[in-house]
Amino acid sequence: MDKAKKAFLLTLMHTFLISVAVSCIFPLVWMIMSSFKTYQEFIQIPADINTWRGFLHWFLPHKFNLANYISAWRDGNLGMYFLNSVIYTFLAVSGIVFVSSLAGFAFSRLEFWGRDFIFHLFLAAMMIPIPAGFVPLFVLLTRIHLVNTRLGYILAMINVGLSLSIYLFKTFFDNLPRDLEDAARIDGCSKLRIWWNVAFPLAAPATGVVIIFNALNVWNEFILAVIIFADKSKLPLQAGLMEFAGEHIGNEPLIMAGLTIAALPIIVVYLLMQKHIIKGITAGAMVG
Amino acid sequence: MKTLKRDYFINFSFILPALIIFSLFYIYPFINIFFLSFTGNELSGGTKFVGWENFRQIFTEDKEWWNSVWHAGYITFWALTFQNFLALVLALCVDRAVKTGRIYRVLFFILPILSEIIIGLFWRTLLSPIKGVAAPLNISPVHRLVNMLGLGPFLGTFFSNPLNNPKTALTAVALVHCWKGFGWGFVILLAGLQTIPEELYEAARIDGAGLFQRFFKITLPLLMPVIVLVIILTILGTMQVFALIMALTRGGPAGYTEVPVIRIFNHLTQYKIGYASAEGLVLGLILIIVSFTFMQLSRRVKQT
Repeated sequence: MDKAKKAFLLTLMHTFLISVAVSCIFPLVWMIMSSFKTYQEFIQIPADINTWRGFLHWFLPHKFNLANYISAWRDGNLGMYFLNSVIYTFLAVSGIVFVSSLAGFAFSRLEFWGRDFIFHLFLAAMMIPIPAGFVPLFVLLTRIHLVNTRLGYILAMINVGLSLSIYLFKTFFDNLPRDLEDAARIDGCSKLRIWWNVAFPLAAPATGVVIIFNALNVWNEFILAVIIFADKSKLPLQAGLMEFAGEHIGNEPLIMAGLTIAALPIIVVYLLMQKHIIKGITAGAMVG
Repeated sequence: MKTLKRDYFINFSFILPALIIFSLFYIYPFINIFFLSFTGNELSGGTKFVGWENFRQIFTEDKEWWNSVWHAGYITFWALTFQNFLALVLALCVDRAVKTGRIYRVLFFILPILSEIIIGLFWRTLLSPIKGVAAPLNISPVHRLVNMLGLGPFLGTFFSNPLNNPKTALTAVALVHCWKGFGWGFVILLAGLQTIPEELYEAARIDGAGLFQRFFKITLPLLMPVIVLVIILTILGTMQVFALIMALTRGGPAGYTEVPVIRIFNHLTQYKIGYASAEGLVLGLILIIVSFTFMQLSRRVKQT
């Protein structure tokens, strides 16, 4: 291929990539810019809007006013929903890591009756779609009186992450040399201590993937939360955002501040750890 | 080393916490949904066996249910064509221009990690007319931007109130879905592309293969398993879309964007447990049939 043709193709590709990137980022910047505006500022259109100066005058807030944030956080209860989400995510992810690393260790290292059958049962749960799984789950939670309880929601969320996490831990342990564990066994360590002191610390890379995948999953979860909780005070962030937006229809900049509160922490964490997050999500998808 | 009975018991106790939670929250509901689908619509106590009545209603009377399946199918069609094609083209571009590739990978993946609720509420706000102003200005923020860019004459009819117009609502929802989702397919396809060894391209270039030949003879066949994976996950994910549409339209206007899971959810909140379970089973069956047929098809294509 001659050089001119190649250069043309490259320019075309870069123009395409940049325009798609702008279509991703511009709306998010728009959201953040709107969140600083007063309502009057948001709805006005300057006369010279068709010039660059007029456009920027319209697009940028006149000053970085935090009133919407304070109002959304305090009066809009987003602070409460945010705290709920932090609690649920922390407890559910800790539960998943504990339960699934134990099980993944056992499936890889220990012998017991029905081992392969039970492991395949967990795998099958990942493959078979039950789109209305939340219906019998609601019936169950009602029967065991866990509806509208934080415990019921956390247990349900632990269950959601279980299969994939067990699979990730099991395959990690399968590929891990047994030397250290053997040494510990010869020194007289119990199986539980081998898991806690030797295997689990060595599995840190798998633990990282499990934490990232599940934390994002729990943080973004919506449907189980609205089914399980009747009290507004227990709602996590996503369900809370729906309440908040419903209560403030017509106040666009306030809603934008609420959405920024919910989106910005995720974006910041993502930008800090994007390499691990992308790897974690791809690993999760490839398994499914 | 001999394994004693006691050892088996100790070993088994390692998976016990997982097994208890899994049995209670997955296996039991999974079995129970089959029983529930044959019962009437009372939550507890008076569960009445009604035979095939729920399924009979779904298959013979419930036109709205099949409309909702069709709506999800329409969104899935957009996701399979527009979204996945965009993802593939972007992945091919980035795979070649590797130097700046990482920036694009970071940027495109921001939308998939944000929640459907955030994305949905965001676009609902920007696509709904501003209420607090007088007549010529009470258009949606996006419509204002479109006018500003001078695209009003072309796109104005679509953007005037897309989420509230029965003619455009479903397409608008599908486009938001694609906008949120393409980065996900992009990242997975790119990961697949980067497993293809560079030497293959080198060899083909030396043999005089052009750009298109290289794509159709090397890239596409080697990427096929990943493409099939992306297609199946797109079908499964999009047919079960829920939160995004709840945030955008709640199924409105007048049910024009209603999808199966929204109907199941609404029936559950009306305590029509039996009917909701039956709907869930029908949708699950559709999904299994569709993805199974697709896998068979792709296997047959591979063999020829």
